[in-house]
Parts: sequence; structure tokens; C-alpha cells
Amino acid sequence: MIRDITIGQYYAAESVIHRLDPRVKVAGTFLYIISLFCFSRFSGYIIAALFFCIMVKLSKVPFRFIVRGIKPILFMLVFTAALNLLWTSGETVLVRYGFITITLEGIEKMVFMALRLVFLIIGSSLMTLATTPNQLTDAIESLLKPLVYIKVPVHEVAMMMSIALRFIPILIEETDKIMKAQLARGADFESGSIIHRIKSIVPIIIPLFVSAARRASDLALAMDARCYHGGAGRTKMKPLEYKRQDITAYIIIFCYMAVIIISGRVLPF
Amino acid sequence: MKPFIKAEDLVHEYSRRDEEGNVIGINRALDGINIEVQAGDFIAVLGANGSGKSTFAKHLNALLVPTEGTLYVDGKDTSDHKNDLLVRQSAGMVFQNPDNQIVSSVVEEDVGFGPENMGVPSVEIWKRVEESLKNTGMYEYRKESPDHLSGGQKQRVAVAGIMAMKPKCIILDEPTAMLDPEGRKSVIKTARELNKKEKITIILITHYMEEVTIADYVYVMSSGQVRMEGTPRQVFARSEEMVKYRLEIPEVTKIALELNRKGIKIPKDILYPEELVDILLKIKSAGTAV
Repeated sequence: MIRDITIGQYYAAESVIHRLDPRVKVAGTFLYIISLFCFSRFSGYIIAALFFCIMVKLSKVPFRFIVRGIKPILFMLVFTAALNLLWTSGETVLVRYGFITITLEGIEKMVFMALRLVFLIIGSSLMTLATTPNQLTDAIESLLKPLVYIKVPVHEVAMMMSIALRFIPILIEETDKIMKAQLARGADFESGSIIHRIKSIVPIIIPLFVSAARRASDLALAMDARCYHGGAGRTKMKPLEYKRQDITAYIIIFCYMAVIIISGRVLPF
Repeated sequence: MKPFIKAEDLVHEYSRRDEEGNVIGINRALDGINIEVQAGDFIAVLGANGSGKSTFAKHLNALLVPTEGTLYVDGKDTSDHKNDLLVRQSAGMVFQNPDNQIVSSVVEEDVGFGPENMGVPSVEIWKRVEESLKNTGMYEYRKESPDHLSGGQKQRVAVAGIMAMKPKCIILDEPTAMLDPEGRKSVIKTARELNKKEKITIILITHYMEEVTIADYVYVMSSGQVRMEGTPRQVFARSEEMVKYRLEIPEVTKIALELNRKGIKIPKDILYPEELVDILLKIKSAGTAV
């Protein structure tokens, strides 16, 4: 279960999506997420799903990798769905049992909200799968550059993010190892009350923190040794330059946005 | 010729502090080190845990500065912080833990990290990355994530990352301590090839005696001091002393020592198993065995 988190996991492949400028991918994902809240009718979901499927096909990332990203948020998904189901008032009442009232509108809202969340997660998953973390932070650094004028340390933040992403798989593996070590000594993470289970996590978290701190100090030394001294005077191995395909991609994204917005007004469903 | 590295009475002290920050004790990690390394040499520093060898390595990279004495790397005084970047460029350092020194999630981007920091133009970075990945035999993995590599391969990526900075010297601080025997061999082989082909000065810091046989010159450290020095043969000939410094003697040398104790006269400075076999066969055919 612990290995299922896809965020921060790059899937190496040669594809149009992989070759795109990361700024396009970040901005595109951002616009895609916004687009998910620009419609309220069925047609919008079909268009959003269609657009997403085409992107997945183009990216050559296997579908199961993308779907994997949903698992960790499954609980949140069910929770939001339940809330929407129970707290939506409507006219067509289907079930009424005590304080529970389920309406047709509630079901509709539940399905749509869940779909929205799923699209949101798998959409950003696709971006992180098709963009190396370094490119991703390059893009964020470049997109946020204007903030330097109000003294935001953009380069440093971007560097921290890329390091965090680099260490996610390592720390996940480490957690797995610690858990197995504790299990071997009779720890029990699965049964007991919630309080008991939360308490049983403490012996995992503490060694994990200790090890993360040690890794951080090692890494800082190694970065020092490689002449890292902040963003000043630094060059880029892969400088970001917009090419023709990136312009095309921007146009496609804006067309998609337009279609989404217009479809909500024109199509009858 | 002017030595590439010159340590004069180098002393380093770590102070232990209590919770209020008052000094409660002083650890002398380096105690009067005098070492000279010529450019192009392959030097090994041998020592057990706590011998001060890693502290010494950090000095060579200006990550620590001397408490007393001086250290010159490529003619630059490391205690002057203005020299930090210059020192680190001419003497790059590879650390023990392969995971904790790889910055990027793609091999080639990691190798490019050093040159990026130095402000090398992009085109030149690509050239250097390609060259150093080929030199360390990791070129075919350039698009991979370091997580998919074995320990030995990760360490070679780390070496490539240093090579891309075009240093004159590479310091390897226990590069094989966390590796399996296969990985260990590959890292040592890479270091040796860089020394032979690219004429890079190598300083190998280790506690495995087997690894120092290929060095030109060996220093043995214990409690912050250099206790023995010489060519690997000279040092191995005195391997009985090594036990005192908590170093583990290689099997071959152990056998040679035991045979000597039993009265079979064979040289004590045997480095390789093949050598021992040859000598024993010679003794057998000459019929001079006891």
C-alpha cells in the first residue's frame, strides 16, 4: 500500500507530453483543474474525461500508474461523497430514514463531486509522471520569478521542493523498512481502537524523523561539496525555452477551456 | 614539483557542549597530521572507525577548517573561506551514503548539478555530463532514476557528478562502506581507471585493507595521527601492527602470517591471492617445504 503514492514518481518515456516545456505542463494542469469547476452539467465531465484520456494516450504512461494515485485519497473521496449524499437537499426524495434523507439531487452531486476530485488527482498525477521533478521545479521557479521582487526566495523554495520530491521514494522505502522491523518485534498496526492505532505509529515516525534529519545533514554537506551556493551565478543544464510545440500546446489548452465553458451553455445535457 | 595537497601539523578539535552550549569536553579528531600528495597519485588513507580519517577528508574539501596547522589544496589555504569554491572545484568529494548525495531524480541531471553551480554554460554542461558518464560506465543509465540503480551504480553516478566539475583530484570518503562486494569492486575499478587514464589524483579513504593494494602510497591512521605510511607492500609487511589499530587484515595476508608463524618462510607483504598461490607452488616444486 505504502508504495502506491505516485506523486513525485517520474515515469520515463519518450512522448510528446514528456518533451513539452514543463511550464506548459504546470500551467496546463492548473488550467485543467480550474476547468473542472467551470461546468456543472454532464457534458462537461465527458469533455474533461475525453481530453484527459487523449493526454494519457499521448504521454505513453500506462493507465494503471495514473489510477494508482487515487488509492491514497480513497478515504477522503468516500467521505466527501457521503457528505454530499447526506447534506444535499432536493425535491426528489428517494429514501427517508430517521435523520437520513437521500435525494436524487444528492446522488447526482455526490457522483459529480467524486468525479471532480478524481480528475483533479489523476490530472496532477499525470503531470508529475510525465515531468521530472527537476523540470517541475524549474517550471515553478520560472513561473514564480516575478515574486523575487517582493523578496520571496523563489530559487531556494524550488530547490527545497525538488529535493523533497527526490527523497519521497527513499523515505517511503525507509518507512516500509521501519514498519517491518517493528512488526518483526511484535508491533501491531492493524488492530485495536483508533487511539491505539495512532499510538502504534509513534515508533515509526520517530526513527523516520531521525533518519530524515541525518539524511538532510548528509545531503547539505554533499551539496556544499559540489559548490552549491544558492541561485546566484548558477546556470542551467536544461534551460527552459518555448518551442513551437509548446505554443501549440497552449493553444490546445485554451481551446479546451473554451469548449468546456461554451458546452455548459450550449449543450442541452 | 609542488605537492598538490600539503598538510602541516593539521589539528582538528570537536568540542562537546552541554544543553546550555558550554564546552564540556574537547575531542581531538586530528592530531598533528603531516601529509603530502603529488598530483596524479593514488593515495589511500586507512583507518578504523573514529580514527579521524573522515574528518581529514572533510578538511580536504574545505567542509571543515583546521583548528591548528594549515592545509593547502592545489596551492590554496583551506582556512580562508574565500577559497572554498576553488578548493571544492579542484578537489571533489564522494561520500559514503550513495542515496544522500544524489540531488536529482534523473541521473544526467544529477551529474549536471555541480557544473550548474559553477556557472558553466549549458552546452558545455551537456558535453561534460556525457563525457563523465562515459568515463564511469554509466552512460546507458543517463535517463534513469537513481532509485532504480544498485548501490555501486549510484556511487559511480556520484563519481561522475564530481568528474563533471573537472577536478584535479577526487576524494572518496569510504565510498564502498555501504556496498555489496560487486559494487565495491566496480567503484574501486572506476577510481583506478580515472587515475590511470585521466591522470586524476585519487585519495581513497577506507577501512578495507583489500582496497588499498592498488594505491601508490598508503597512510594508516589511528586516533587522529598517521601511524604508518609507505607503499602497500611496506604497510602490509607490518600487518601484525595493524591489529593494534583495529584494522582487519585480508585473508591472504592472514594466511601468510600464520604460515610464517608455523615456520614456513614466505614473504609477509603478499597483496593478492594469486601471488600466494605462486609462492606456495614454487616452494612445493622446490621441495623446500618444512
